[in-house]
Amino acid sequence: MKRIPLPLWVTSILLYVFLYAPIVVVIVYSFNAARHGGPWRGFTTRWYATLLDSPDKLAAARNTLELGLASTAVSTLLGTGLGFGLARYRFPGKKLFSWLMYVPVVIPDIVMAVAMLMFYALMREWLGLFELGMTTMIFAHVTFQVPFVAIVVRSRMVGMDPAIEEAAHDLGASSLQAFVRVTLPMILPAVVAGAMLAFTLSLDDFVVSFFTTGPGASTLPILIYSSVKRGITPDINALSTLIVLVSVAGTVAVALLQRSPRAQRGEK
Amino acid sequence: MAARTRRPEIRFGEHLTWAGEIARSALTSGPAIAWVSTFLLLPVLGIAFISFLSRGTYGEIQLPMTAGNYLRLAGFGVLGFDPQYPVIILRSLVLAAGTTVVCLVASFPLAFFIAGLAGRAKQIALTLVVIPFWTNLLIRTYAWQLLLGPDSLAARAAVAVGLAEEGMPLYPSALAVYLGMLCAYLPFMVLPLYTAVEKIDWAIAEAASDLGADGVRVFRHALLPQVMPGMVAGVILVFIPATGQFVIPDLLGGAKTVLLGNAIQQQFGASRDWPFGSAIALVGMAVVLFGLWFQARAGARTGEEGPL
Repeated sequence: MKRIPLPLWVTSILLYVFLYAPIVVVIVYSFNAARHGGPWRGFTTRWYATLLDSPDKLAAARNTLELGLASTAVSTLLGTGLGFGLARYRFPGKKLFSWLMYVPVVIPDIVMAVAMLMFYALMREWLGLFELGMTTMIFAHVTFQVPFVAIVVRSRMVGMDPAIEEAAHDLGASSLQAFVRVTLPMILPAVVAGAMLAFTLSLDDFVVSFFTTGPGASTLPILIYSSVKRGITPDINALSTLIVLVSVAGTVAVALLQRSPRAQRGEK
Repeated sequence: MAARTRRPEIRFGEHLTWAGEIARSALTSGPAIAWVSTFLLLPVLGIAFISFLSRGTYGEIQLPMTAGNYLRLAGFGVLGFDPQYPVIILRSLVLAAGTTVVCLVASFPLAFFIAGLAGRAKQIALTLVVIPFWTNLLIRTYAWQLLLGPDSLAARAAVAVGLAEEGMPLYPSALAVYLGMLCAYLPFMVLPLYTAVEKIDWAIAEAASDLGADGVRVFRHALLPQVMPGMVAGVILVFIPATGQFVIPDLLGGAKTVLLGNAIQQQFGASRDWPFGSAIALVGMAVVLFGLWFQARAGARTGEEGPL
């Protein structure tokens, strides 16, 4: 392709500035000594220190972490099975189901949230199950994570040389042996990438958590939302900065893991 | 598909009967399908049913079956014509369409820019688009409250040109909602568009310009058709979530910018009219289904398979 013309450079740089302005402003304000936002009053790290002294924020952080880890564990298991199964085996109605499994990806999160809220409420009334809280939130998160894990795993399966699996079968391996000893090690980077994606999604989710949680089980996004409704405070900026940093680290890690096997071996 | 045989077939080196394939599907795909069906597909069918019921005096759900919720959404309430909900639906669709158009316009330069870079610079430029995509939307949205606050550069600039009053924030406003939406959805448009731009056969553009086409015509007839699949994907990816967006109008728009998302939340929260809330949610679903159908049709034309 040809050289990039100057106006394209300028427009693109401006768009990047636009994309990053919100992230940068939160990070900058988290170090601002001024208590009520506004102009710069000097550098401080004291808002980070106050985070450690507030039990509700620490509890929310623990909940967020527990929610992320538990839902990621379940969804990675289910999503890997789905991604592998859809790539390898055929069954009646497969096309229909592969579209239906896409619903959590495209459904507006508010619709997903209220559908689940309603489901939990009815189950509680009829069966006495699903008291709103951590468990219901974990179940809800797994639901929207599964397709993302499956998509990542499936895309790796498609890029895999089938001859390797064929060789395993020709040498007498059963389906299970071939999967555990041959396929799984090969798709492992995709499984890990899928798991990190699932964790990031869980960490970022506000709407579904907000509707499916119960008293006492607040997460960081829920806490941020209610704080913002009352007026932004500097410690919320500090908290947000930490969350942003975790997301950025996660994104970069996923990008590295998802590179093609050839690129990982350093070939061109 | 027609020749479904019961004889063992060799696929990926395995000799599997039809029953064997189904058993293995049940073991691998089965649990995930059961999970998503139970916790999402069933509940969605549930709200579809409930949307035809009505609200009791204490917010409980009661029979009889009625189309009243949908009539109310269409503007025919018990007290005669009330445009409140048709306006909310229309406003949501207009905002989603507006966001899509603005994103599309902004994405073109960015997609061509990234595709024009080489090697490492391209990787970095691409990752820089992906990072905000995976950064908490709630945080990026409330950040606009800081960027548009009373002391912000934007507010002072607006005062200087006489567009705003001294000491007033620039939110809540439609402008703030649009800025928040553009910032949130730009990556959704840039990524598929970039993928399409990357695949462009530039020889066609060169041929067009050798044959005397001017810049606009080259773009319109030689480049645009080639990036069309990416545009369709991007439009779907932006339009669908934008329609049901709840956090952005909630934090950046005032009472005058109630959208489908906030309307649903209101019915499930303060108003406690679940059947009506379900009806609004279902309208949101309808938009999604329409979008998917449209994508499937576009995909069938370009010969792509299903999403999974």
